Amino acid sequence: MSTSTAPAVTGSALPRPYRVVSRRVDTGDTVTLELAHDAEPLPAFAPGQFAMLTAYGIGEVPISVSGLPEPGDSRARRLAHTLRAVGAVTRALHATAPGAVIGVRGPFGTSWNVASAAGQDVVIVAGGIGLAPVRPVLQAVLAERSRYGDVVLLVGARTPADLLYPDELRRWGATAGVQVGVTVDRPSDGWTGHVGVVPALIPGARFDPARSVAFVCGPEVMMRFTARALLACGLPATRLRVSLERNMRCGVGWCGHCQLGPLLLCRDGPVVDYARAEPLINVREL
Amino acid sequence: MTDDVLSRVAKLPFFAGLTPGQLRLLCEAGRPASYQAGERVFAEGDLADRFWLIEAGSAALDLRVPGRGDQVIETLAGGSVLGWSWLYPPYRWQFGAAARERLDTIAFDAAAVRNRCDADPAFGYAILRLFMPVITERLQATRLRLLDLYATSAQVGQP
Repeated sequence: MSTSTAPAVTGSALPRPYRVVSRRVDTGDTVTLELAHDAEPLPAFAPGQFAMLTAYGIGEVPISVSGLPEPGDSRARRLAHTLRAVGAVTRALHATAPGAVIGVRGPFGTSWNVASAAGQDVVIVAGGIGLAPVRPVLQAVLAERSRYGDVVLLVGARTPADLLYPDELRRWGATAGVQVGVTVDRPSDGWTGHVGVVPALIPGARFDPARSVAFVCGPEVMMRFTARALLACGLPATRLRVSLERNMRCGVGWCGHCQLGPLLLCRDGPVVDYARAEPLINVREL
Repeated sequence: MTDDVLSRVAKLPFFAGLTPGQLRLLCEAGRPASYQAGERVFAEGDLADRFWLIEAGSAALDLRVPGRGDQVIETLAGGSVLGWSWLYPPYRWQFGAAARERLDTIAFDAAAVRNRCDADPAFGYAILRLFMPVITERLQATRLRLLDLYATSAQVGQP
């Protein structure tokens, strides 16, 4: 374990009150909450980092940041989190109305390090709600478009109704130099897009594997198969990043709940190079 | 005709593993075929007498479900091969396929390709080596979708 040094405390152990300033319903079970600080704001979040969100009296959950403020936006330091109602805490957060206050700790964990992809093609592959943590990657790339090569965004969802950010997907797809591929497992009547798994979209995407950086987020099985497809194209594992999830609790590497072999994912993740992640996620006992 | 087919097939990576001689042998059994959006390429139960290399456009594999119409199983885009029921008896399509948009393909005469495979085992082996990964990848994709990875535990009936 990499516990030889005292873990750095990058966020308070005490949740700070943030007010829900908007609540956008994304799908039947998913909302995006925009949060503004009532007191001292937390340090700025980088794409890929997460916050611990507290539904007071119920509990706390780790949720990745899903949006970045536009440069110069007066709403800077506002937070956007897209969350799906799957348990007691997320159901409570999902139901939070604008004006209500929730607790926030963070920022925690590693970022996607988007800037390291400067001068290269950017490949983003997301499955299900995994689109939320990589959305800030695309926003950061588009905010400095000239710094990057071709951009590929491949998205998989269970059904068309489960697709996150459909308006943005259309807008991104209409942006010069940005290829957007969307596929679903279960098409509905009238769906004219792809049907199948998201790794199947990779061979049809135009990018140079030898000079690309890939950002992959979704269920771990989906990430493994996506990684295999990207590696088969010639993308080096060292330029393939995945966002791993375990049982994040403290957020700063103290409690060990999120241990994955030598990594404490709340501190050493969630974003990890696939070269480092692959041997760990293939161990059944971890 | 063969030279035109040869140049078009060579632009796509799928048959890149064939030797020049094998590629020519294959392309002698091919001809261009295009379909309009919505046009059926083949229907479930019909004789699997061809297979297609998709040059452009996309096709949907489907299955007719009573009361629900043609349910799309999977879509295939440019560079993919469409159809493998021609490889084994009884040479009947297990699913149907229709063009989702204008579909440009090279269609291969299945019996002619099988005859070449029988007459030239090296050619037959090379063809099987190209088709086996396709079959395997689509089987794996199907298994992944069976897992319903994007579903919540409630949606898959777990506590």
